Amino acid sequence: MSENGALCGTYFLNGDEPCAEGAMSAGCRFFAGYPITPATEVAERMSERLPHVGGIYVQMEDEIASMNAILGASWAGMKSMTSTSGPGFSLMMENLGLGVMLETPCVVVNIQRAGPSTGLPTLTAQGDMMQARWGSHGSYEIIALVPSSPQEIFDLTIEAFNLSERYRVPVLVMSDEAVGHMSEKVVIPEIAPENLVTRPRPNDGREGYLPFKANDDLIPPMAIAGEGYRFHVTGLTHDERGYPVMTAEAQDKLVRRLVDKIRVHRNDIIKYEEIGVEDAEVIVCAYGISARIARLAVQQAREESVRVGLLRLITVWPFAEDRIRELAQQVKAFVVPEINYGQIVLEVERCAAGKARTLLVEHMGGSVHNPQTILDAIKKVAK
Amino acid sequence: MKLWRTPFDQAEKATRPAKVLIDKDRCKGCSYCVEFCPRGALVLSDELNPKGYTLAAVADESKCLGCGLCDILCPEFAIHLVLNFTES
Amino acid sequence: MTSSTKVEEYITDSLLRQDRMPHIWCPGCGIGPAVGCFIRAIESSGLDQDKIALISGIGCTGRVAGYVKLDSFHTTHGRALPFAMGLGLGNPELNVVVFSGDGDLIAIGGNHLIHTARRNVDMTVICLNNFNYGMTGGQMGPTTPLNARSNTSPYGNIEYPFNVPYLVAASGATYVARWTMLHARQLEWSIAEALTKPGFSFIEVLGPCPTLYGRMNKMARGMDSLNYYKENSVVRNGADPKDVDLTSDGPIVVGKFVDIERPTFWEQCQLVIDRAQAKKD
Repeated sequence: MSENGALCGTYFLNGDEPCAEGAMSAGCRFFAGYPITPATEVAERMSERLPHVGGIYVQMEDEIASMNAILGASWAGMKSMTSTSGPGFSLMMENLGLGVMLETPCVVVNIQRAGPSTGLPTLTAQGDMMQARWGSHGSYEIIALVPSSPQEIFDLTIEAFNLSERYRVPVLVMSDEAVGHMSEKVVIPEIAPENLVTRPRPNDGREGYLPFKANDDLIPPMAIAGEGYRFHVTGLTHDERGYPVMTAEAQDKLVRRLVDKIRVHRNDIIKYEEIGVEDAEVIVCAYGISARIARLAVQQAREESVRVGLLRLITVWPFAEDRIRELAQQVKAFVVPEINYGQIVLEVERCAAGKARTLLVEHMGGSVHNPQTILDAIKKVAK
Repeated sequence: MKLWRTPFDQAEKATRPAKVLIDKDRCKGCSYCVEFCPRGALVLSDELNPKGYTLAAVADESKCLGCGLCDILCPEFAIHLVLNFTES
Repeated sequence: MTSSTKVEEYITDSLLRQDRMPHIWCPGCGIGPAVGCFIRAIESSGLDQDKIALISGIGCTGRVAGYVKLDSFHTTHGRALPFAMGLGLGNPELNVVVFSGDGDLIAIGGNHLIHTARRNVDMTVICLNNFNYGMTGGQMGPTTPLNARSNTSPYGNIEYPFNVPYLVAASGATYVARWTMLHARQLEWSIAEALTKPGFSFIEVLGPCPTLYGRMNKMARGMDSLNYYKENSVVRNGADPKDVDLTSDGPIVVGKFVDIERPTFWEQCQLVIDRAQAKKD
C-alpha cells in the first residue's frame, strides 16, 4: 500500500471497485452514500477500505442526505464523494444545485441504469446524460466525465477530484452498469502528490475576507470552517460577501460567473479520444460503454474501406462543441450511438448546425448495442 | 424592610441602575420590553423610526433596576443596558 | 426626556453581523430572542468561537445563519442536519450547531432528524417552533396544534401534531429540552449546556409568530402569545417526553427532559477505523 493509502499494483476488478480506489488515491477521506444497484459496490468498497486510510464512510438515510453530507464534509476541508444510480441521482439534484451555488468541490458518481423510475435496476443505460447537465433548477454549468472501462473509471475518478478542486464545482462521473459491473485488469499506480489538485485557498488575512470574490480566473479562493474566517455562505443569490441579495443585478453577476468559470476554461477541461478522424467522412461520436462497441463497428467499417473515425467523448459536460464544429466542416455525417432515445445526439446536432448530417443509433437500455447496428448506421450515412 | 443580617448575595443581587439605550433603527415597537419591565420604566413613544415603527423609549430612568429583561426579550437586538452608568 | 439613542456597542452585537441589521423578522417574532440566548450561551460557555459552525435550513429561522458572525451555512430546505453532520465529521474539532425552524427540521427534514438523533451525531440542534410556515405566509405543518387555523387549514387543522421532544428522545437524542422564548434565562443555560455536551442535543424553543400563526389564532399581538406562555407554562425538568404533548388548551410543559450519555457517532467511527486497522496488521 502506498503512502496515500492506495493499493498499488495490478488487479482484476469490476468497474465500481477502481472507482473507490481512484477516490482514495485522489485523497478522498469522506464518503456518504445509500445502497443502490448497480452502484452498491462503490459504497461497499469504500466502507471496507476507507477506515484503513483513516477516512469515514457513512451510510446515510437517503441520497438527499448523502449529497448534503459530502457538501458539509467538503466545507470542513475534506475531499468527499458519493455514488448512486438513477433514482438516487434524481434525489440528489436539488442539492447538487446547492453544491454549484456554494461552489463546493465534491464528486458524484452515477453508475447509470435504465429508467425512468425504477426501470431496470440491474441493467445498463446512458439515460441520465441530460439530467447530469440540466437536472438541478436554474442556469449553471457542470463537469461530467464518462469512463468506458474499469481502468478509466479509476483514472477519471482522480481527474474528477482534481477538476472539482480546481474549479470549485461538483464533478459527475457518469459511468453505467455495464462498465460498473465488468471485470477487467486495472493498474493502480502510485499517484504523486503533485498530480493531485487542491482547491484554491485564501492567502490574505481573515479580516475582510470575501468568500465569493473571485480571482481573475473567476474562481474564488475557498476558506474552510473552523479557521476563523467567520464566513457566511448561502444557497440564495449572494454577493461577494456571501450575503443574500435579492436583485436582478446580483443574480446576473453571480450566475454569469458560475457559468463562465467553466465555459472559459473548457479547453483545459474537455478531453476526448480520436481514432482515425484525419481522413474520415463519417464520425462516430460515442462515450462510455457505447464507445467500446462503436470502436468495433468503426474497425469493421474501415475493413470495408469506409472512411470512418471515432470521437470518444471522455468529458461530456462541458460539451466538446468547438471540436464538433470543426469536424462538421470536414465530414458528411455524425453517427451517435447511445443507450437512450437521443440525448447527446442533440448536442452533436446543435454543433453540426446543418453542416453535417446527424444520425442517432438509439437503444432504450437493458443491454448494449449490437455492433452491427452501428456498422449499418455508418454504412447508411457513408453512401 | 429590616434585615437581621446582610444576605450573602446582596452585592451580587443588588439592583444596578442602568442606562437603557434603544437603537432607533432596529426597534420595531413590539412592546415586549415595555410590557415586561418589572418597574414600568419603559413606554411606547409617539416617535416613529425611519421605517415607520413606533419606538420604545425610556419613561423614567430612575425606575430601572438593571435586570436586563428588556434586553434579553428584545427580538431586534435593539436594547442595550449600560450598567453602573455615570454621567460623564 | 427620551434617552433613545443610536447604540454603538452592544454585547450581543459582537456575534451579530451588524452590517445585516436590522433583520427581516416581523415585530414580536420569537426568533430574535432565541438567537440572543444562543449568542449569550456561546459567550458564557467560553467556547472558541472560531470553532463553532452554524447551519440553518430554509425559512424564517433558516435566516439565523446569515445573522450570526460564525462560520455559517444557509443550506437547502430540510437538509441542514446532513450538511452539519458532514461538516462535523469532516472536522471533529468543530462545534456544530443547527438552528432552524419546525417546518424545516421536523417536516421536510424529519427523516434526517430521526436518523441524526439515532446515530447520536455530535451537534446541538435548536429548533424554533412557531407552529407554522412563516416565510411562505403561514401554512400548517406537522407541529400545528389540532384545530388551529392557518392559511392551508382555514377550517381548523385536522392533523395531530408531533410531540417533538418525544420523537427526538425516542430516536436516541442524548439531551432534549423545551423552553419558550419567554424562559430566556433557562433557554440560555440550556443552550450552553447542550453546546458543551457531546452527542446529539435537541432544544425546542416555542416562539410567537404574531404576523401569521398568531393573527389566525386570536393572538394577533406578540404579547398575546407571551401571555399565553406565561399563564400556561409549567417547568417540569425530567418529565417523561411522552407526557409533554402540546395541545391548544393544555399546559405547555417546559424543562430539560433527557440528559443521558451514549457513545457519539464520531467515537463509533473511530471504533471502525481501529477495527479495520487492527485487522490489516
